[in-house]
Amino acid sequence: MEIGLSHYLTVSAILFMLGVFGIFLNRKNVIIILMSIELMLLSVNLNMVAFSSFLNDIVGQVFALFILTVAAAEAAIGLAILVVFYRNRGSIAVEDVNMMKG
Amino acid sequence: MGLQAIFFYLFAFVAVASAFMVISARNPVHSVLFLILTFFNAAGLFLLTGAEFLAMILLVVYIGAVAVLFLFVVMMLDIDFAELKAGVLQYAPIGILIGLILAAELVIVVGGSVLTPQAAQAITMPIPNPAERTNTAALGDVLYTNYVYFFQIAGLVLLVAMIGAIVLTLRHRTHIKRQDVSRQVARTPETAVEVVKVKSGQGI
Repeated sequence: MEIGLSHYLTVSAILFMLGVFGIFLNRKNVIIILMSIELMLLSVNLNMVAFSSFLNDIVGQVFALFILTVAAAEAAIGLAILVVFYRNRGSIAVEDVNMMKG
Repeated sequence: MGLQAIFFYLFAFVAVASAFMVISARNPVHSVLFLILTFFNAAGLFLLTGAEFLAMILLVVYIGAVAVLFLFVVMMLDIDFAELKAGVLQYAPIGILIGLILAAELVIVVGGSVLTPQAAQAITMPIPNPAERTNTAALGDVLYTNYVYFFQIAGLVLLVAMIGAIVLTLRHRTHIKRQDVSRQVARTPETAVEVVKVKSGQGI
C-alpha cells in the first residue's frame, strides 16, 4: 500500500484537531494552551512539507522553515509573558488575566 | 506493505497518541515530555517525505530549545496544577464536538480532493534529484537567493523575540547590594582605614 499525500494530510488534520481540543480541555492552564498551539503549528508544518514533497516543489519547505521560526519566537515571547505574569499574580490561571479590566 | 508504510504508520500512530497525551496528562511535566515525543515522531514523518533538513531542525530547534524552554518554565513556576485541572470536563463536550466536526471536515476535504494535473506545471522551484543535490543544499540554494528578504525578516523576528523576552523578564532590583568595581578600585588607605589612638582603660 502506497503512502500518499492524503495519509500525511490526515495525520496533520488529526494533530490539528487535537491542538484545538487541547485548548478547550485545558482552558485554565496557559502552559498547556501554548503547547496546544505548538501542536497546531506542527501540523501545519507537516502539511507544508507533505505538499512540498508530493508536488515536488521546495518552496513548501522554505515556508515550513519560516513557520518554525515564527513558532519559536512566539513560544519564547509567550513564556516570557507567562513568567512576568506569574511574578505579578502568583498564578497562571486564565481567569485571573482580567487584571487590567477596570 | 512496504517498509515506508510501516514506518509511516509507526510514526503517525505514536505522534497522534502522544499528542493526545499532551493535552490530557495530569502533570504538565509529562505533557512537555509527550510534546517532545510528538516532535520526534513528526521529525520522523518529515524524514519520510524527504525533508531531511527540516527534520533535523525540528530536532535541534524544537526539542533542543523550545520544548526545553517549556520544561524550564513548567518547573520554575511553582503552581498548584491540581487547582488548574479542576473543572476540566466542564467544557470537554463542546470541545469534543468542535474537534470532531473540524476533523471530519478536514478528512472529508483531504479524502475527496484530487490534485489537478495543472499543479505540476505551476511549481516554481522543483526539488532537485537527492543523489546530485542534498536536501540541505537545495534548500539553501532557494533560501539565500529567491527568499533572502524573507530570510532576513525571519532573523529580525527572532531578534525581536529575543530582545522582547529579555526586556520582559529582566528585573532590575534596586534594594539589593551589588559589587561596584570602580569604587573598590578607587579606594586608598587614606579613605579606607582610620587609625585611632585609644587611651588605655577608656575605650572609644
